Amino acid sequence: MTVASPDVAARLARLRVEHAGAIRQARLFVWTFARSASAMVGLVLVLAFLVLAAGGPSIVPYPDDATGAMNLAARLQPPSGAHWFGTDEMGNDILTRVVVGTRTSLWVGLIITGVAALIGVPLGVAAGYLGGAVRQVIMRVTDVFLSVPGLVLAIAIVAALGSGVLNGVIALSLVWWPGYVRLIEAKTLTIKHEPFVEAARAVGASRRRILFIHLLPNCFSPLIVKMSMDMGLAILAAASLGFIGLGAKPPAPEWGAMISVARTYMPTWWWYAFFPGLFIYLTVLGFNLFGDGLRDVLDPRASRS
Amino acid sequence: MSLLEVVDYSLAFDGFEGTHQVLDAIDLAVDVGETVGLVGETGCGKSVLAKSLLKLNDIPPARILSGSIRFDGRDLLALDETALRAIRGGGIAMIFQDPMTFLNPVFSIGDQMAEVIRARDRADNRKRGARDVRAAAAALLAAVRLPDAAALLDRYPHELSGGMRQRVLIAMALAGHARLLVADEPTTALDVTIQSQVLALLADLVAAQGLTLLLISHDLGVIGALCRRIVVMYAGTIVEDAPAAQLFDRPLHPYTQGLLAAVPDIGRPERRLAGIPGSIPNLLAPPAGCRFHPRCPLAIERCRRERPALRRIAAGQRVACHLAEPV
Amino acid sequence: MTALVEAVGLTKHYAVRHGWRRHGALRAVDGIDLTVPEGAAVGLVGESGCGKSTVARLLLRLVEPTAGTVRFAGRDITGLDELGLRPLRREMQLIFQNPHAALNPRRTLFASIAEPLVIQAGLGGAALRARVEHLMDDVGLPAQFLWRYPHELSGGQKQRVCIARALALEPRLVILDEPTSALDVSVQAQILAFLAELRARRGLTYLLISHNLAVVRQVCDEVAVMYLGRIVEHGPVAEVFAAPRHPYTRALLAAVLPPRAGALPTVALAGDPPSALELSRGCRFAPRCPLAEPVCRPTDPALDPVSHDHRVACLLARRAPASPSTA
Repeated sequence: MTVASPDVAARLARLRVEHAGAIRQARLFVWTFARSASAMVGLVLVLAFLVLAAGGPSIVPYPDDATGAMNLAARLQPPSGAHWFGTDEMGNDILTRVVVGTRTSLWVGLIITGVAALIGVPLGVAAGYLGGAVRQVIMRVTDVFLSVPGLVLAIAIVAALGSGVLNGVIALSLVWWPGYVRLIEAKTLTIKHEPFVEAARAVGASRRRILFIHLLPNCFSPLIVKMSMDMGLAILAAASLGFIGLGAKPPAPEWGAMISVARTYMPTWWWYAFFPGLFIYLTVLGFNLFGDGLRDVLDPRASRS
Repeated sequence: MSLLEVVDYSLAFDGFEGTHQVLDAIDLAVDVGETVGLVGETGCGKSVLAKSLLKLNDIPPARILSGSIRFDGRDLLALDETALRAIRGGGIAMIFQDPMTFLNPVFSIGDQMAEVIRARDRADNRKRGARDVRAAAAALLAAVRLPDAAALLDRYPHELSGGMRQRVLIAMALAGHARLLVADEPTTALDVTIQSQVLALLADLVAAQGLTLLLISHDLGVIGALCRRIVVMYAGTIVEDAPAAQLFDRPLHPYTQGLLAAVPDIGRPERRLAGIPGSIPNLLAPPAGCRFHPRCPLAIERCRRERPALRRIAAGQRVACHLAEPV
Repeated sequence: MTALVEAVGLTKHYAVRHGWRRHGALRAVDGIDLTVPEGAAVGLVGESGCGKSTVARLLLRLVEPTAGTVRFAGRDITGLDELGLRPLRREMQLIFQNPHAALNPRRTLFASIAEPLVIQAGLGGAALRARVEHLMDDVGLPAQFLWRYPHELSGGQKQRVCIARALALEPRLVILDEPTSALDVSVQAQILAFLAELRARRGLTYLLISHNLAVVRQVCDEVAVMYLGRIVEHGPVAEVFAAPRHPYTRALLAAVLPPRAGALPTVALAGDPPSALELSRGCRFAPRCPLAEPVCRPTDPALDPVSHDHRVACLLARRAPASPSTA
């Protein structure tokens, strides 16, 4: 330890020098982000949902209720000290079910935006960078997808595949990508004509090098921003599928499915629908504010009009 | 009496790394009918100063540290938004490097001209029919030498060339009966042959209409062509203020001397250009004493400690340098 | 002197489409002949949209020509593909107008300067690092800047980084596309002096593209004047600027503003240049030419010699003796 430390210290010092620019940039990001109250609210909400999702069944008061136990003695109780969010028609603790549902929702949102980006980014880059007929074909197909309302198309796909969480996710992923093609194509088109790309061509850089070193890294900022904003929307869409009975099925603790059952108990047993709804609302809000804050940090030109 | 009077005006911008001391104790008076050029390099604060005249800098991040700005005897810094709007339309008009920022792309040139004319009419308690307003607009466009003015009224900003748009903005300034025209790099985006057209137009308007002109530019040629008096700025301070001929012939501040030695002159190709060594100071922590001293070939100990005041050295010539001697 | 680059009948037309339909061609560069002798500094001047930047990209084969040939060091490089061009890229480099946009914002300056060495010389590790540090030293920047990002440097510093990147492969030809027009004059003077010193030290050949005639006068031996896709005059810079033969060259020179008081430009040309989409038959300059005669409308003048190294594309220039400069 004592022998290695001067060497480690020297290496650290060198790293600090070589990454001084990156460190300063990171500090500027944090500073800009922290100055916006709404971005910080978004960050807190997103972090809170991440904690709830990570904790899941192990942090809730009634873990057994998560998968749908039966406790008819305690059915439809209003919020109280024992059941903060009240209980449902089976006597299950709604707090437990809503918190456990967080994990499902975040996974669903992550997979949908992830798959959409995986499909959309390569297509967008191909359309923007190669241009010509390739671009025409990709963009016209994208236009066709964009012209059909996404949720309606997803419902049709689920109807064909059969209902269930997994099929819902597949269907939504398949309708979610066109936005990414549009975004990345536009970004690629602008970057392609930047002098630094021309400079790379002038020193003989290959197409692959231009693509991976000059184009893609400069697409990351708007991509991250869009993905974080889409997380909320994807969660909302998945909950909508659950609500109309095409996504998760009761008694699975999924927010949309919970509201779907709960609406028959409105308005007397309002808390049954209210708390899952509140969670959907807060996740969508949280990811939107977070994404907005990220845009101010990563893509300042887009937010300044 | 001076039309415009800036006294001890200091402005700072608060940012991530701290406070940028952008303008430091600016003292400047412009008389009616004068043509004053404000020259300096990137970051010297000339555009910030121009915007300050109409309170166009967003507060925050900007912060006024001291001083006052008086236009026609009124304290601009004390005015509210409504009173300022009246000044922006009527008293002081501004034209910028990029005219598109001040033309609305969805309205025709005629509509935008009419708006300014009607605002002026309201201020004067005058009423005119739509046809008269249109005729007045066409007359103004003709006054800025735009060909086929009547047809131009129905065109949209994007259909015009850069030089034509700049003329439309000048016509709008005339429509509001502006007394002071602040032009911030008005010809920088234009080609040289178009630049001479716009400069010649400005020169004629100043002569014919008694307009007072404050011209901001980095180009000493443009300033020299139009202005009788030149104010040189460096790092947020005024370093020299002199009649144009005197400034070109006998610059007294070392920065002005450096600037003139760096400008290529097509008439004197044999002259070797000399840059000013070093780079502009970081305004987060501007140099103590004279802000130019780290780059100044003549700097002495006193320059490092003591901020030089803008002193009158010769007739009409003010210099902020400890070493400047009366001539 | 032998020709290092030689363009013959070089042409670039862009198809103009509205949706799927073709609406004719924008003739950005229309059949130009240009020779840059080894070791010379040639200036290419003209106003925006005249095609001078396209010429640079055609010579470097960054843009595909519609017609014509480019020869580099005696070899026809018009037909070469990207792979065939790669070894040639070591010999010819480009420096851009806006040094900020010419550097990838996500990469450190080390990565930007190292790029040509990685691609062309396959350097890596300590050898690469030593070479890059040496280049930084050559352009007068401290080595610790290598780990910074472009936005942390001033414009002049960024232009030095771009020069370091262009010099990395020790090219013979450097095309400078408005290298100082985004910089302040005091920095411009530094960069111009540095470029002159580099040329003397390394025997470089320059093609300087600029709208600033004073800069061209300072740097170049020869000058070619472009108007709407054509070269209208080409000759030794001292001769062309002292006794311009083409009316357009005269108008350009008349529009130059020297850094002097009261030098209001004469308005030599009225109106805007026509778009390269709607070119008239005959001489392209005729619609704006103060001297145009009926014969100019139907006849397209060729770039013909008026003395052994001075060529002019004007029917009247050869008839009338050279008039004294209007500048």
